[in-house]
Amino acid sequence: MVSIFLSHAFRRSLPLLPRSDPAMPAPQCATCHKARAALRRPRSGRALCGACFCAAFEAEVLHTVVAGRLLPSGAVVAVGASGGKDSTVLAHVLQVLAPRLGISLRLVAVDEGIGGYRDAALAAVRRQAARWELPLTVVAYADLFGGWTMDAVARSTAGSGRSRACCTFCGVLRRRALEEGARLVGATHIVTGHNADDMAETVLMNFLRGDAARLARGGGLGSPGEGGALPRCRPLQLASQKEVVLYAHFRRLDYFSEECVYAPEAFRGHARHLLKLLEAARPSAVLDLVHSAERLALAPAARPPAPGACSRCGALASRALCQACALLDGLNRGRPRLAIGKGRRGLDEAGPPRDGEPERAPAPDAVPAF
Amino acid sequence: MAAPLSVEVEFGGGAELLFDGVKKHQVTLPGQEEPWDIRNLLVWIKKNLLKERPELFIQGDSVRPGILVLINDADWELLGELDYQLQDQDSILFISTLHGSRIGAGSTW
Repeated sequence: MVSIFLSHAFRRSLPLLPRSDPAMPAPQCATCHKARAALRRPRSGRALCGACFCAAFEAEVLHTVVAGRLLPSGAVVAVGASGGKDSTVLAHVLQVLAPRLGISLRLVAVDEGIGGYRDAALAAVRRQAARWELPLTVVAYADLFGGWTMDAVARSTAGSGRSRACCTFCGVLRRRALEEGARLVGATHIVTGHNADDMAETVLMNFLRGDAARLARGGGLGSPGEGGALPRCRPLQLASQKEVVLYAHFRRLDYFSEECVYAPEAFRGHARHLLKLLEAARPSAVLDLVHSAERLALAPAARPPAPGACSRCGALASRALCQACALLDGLNRGRPRLAIGKGRRGLDEAGPPRDGEPERAPAPDAVPAF
Repeated sequence: MAAPLSVEVEFGGGAELLFDGVKKHQVTLPGQEEPWDIRNLLVWIKKNLLKERPELFIQGDSVRPGILVLINDADWELLGELDYQLQDQDSILFISTLHGSRIGAGSTW
């Protein structure tokens, strides 16, 4: 039984290099043999210079897209652009590959209405759109969801003495907003910048929450677009977060890197922390988790039923109401936690209580709501 | 005996927020008995530059996992990590990979 040592001394799986000697420079690039190597790729162990690394990174994304048949020729691709490092790298790489793939790109940015944070991020997206000369469409929660900005949602879900639920709302509503934006620009496909670390965190989260439905759907390279939704994929999903950051550095890409003001309270932070500790002990853990999820088969009893359509808006839904409609319903009724947590009563469209029947208070959530 | 060194220390990817938002710092490290390496540079940074929440930058005698270190544009892994001995005019860049808009990634699949 191997215990995981968390101290730095045991963190490296590669042997520590000898005490550095000024006369021993970094190795030569294994591809061009001309420039000094700037990094070592974790999987192959090859030392590459910045330019050759960027070329390899782009080639791998191209392979991910082509091998998975993610973006056919002629596709109009809506790029979810947040101004952050992942969507910035995604848009840049797809721009480089667009001629080869025969696709055209549209940037779609979502304004969740988070004061201070989102304005700065959108400014970064606008700069990028100008530099890349790509059309940019901004869709705002306030317009799409009856005036509900994330700041308003956060106020509505705060003060119940538990961890914030607003990130749950944002995740659902953002996906809906991106879909709307993509339709507005006539897109045939949606791409987002999720990297391997994100996917691994999501796998952990789904296990920790016992979310069999999501685990069952997990692992594919994209959502094929059931129920009329636009097909979505994540061309960077096999790229490690570290390499995304290094690519952005070597290509001198300008991105926005502050943390969302609400994020510290999201459950994902715990999964991320755990993943970083695991990665220190076993660097391949990130990609291994993603591959495990791809190969997961659920016991028959655990498999979710085939989804139907939301009775209100027609979107894909596993119950009477889709998540977005259920969450907004809860907000509008002044019971924001209606559709969150175990049971998720709000998803089964219940009308107002009939006369003579006292409305039951929702059962206390067995798991922390988030 | 190490002579004083002039190096550029840079922070990016959100790490600059721990340093009053200042990304580039021209630093003169004083002459001292032991040679300057990344290990004691980190101690110096913690003492002289870090403005808040040291646990977000430093863990033990190294950087927190998720913070990349580039020395003269090369990953410190290639150069001996903490043991790399600093030279005059070196440029050390610390990039945080830990921040970002991850909101919305949870409900995808």
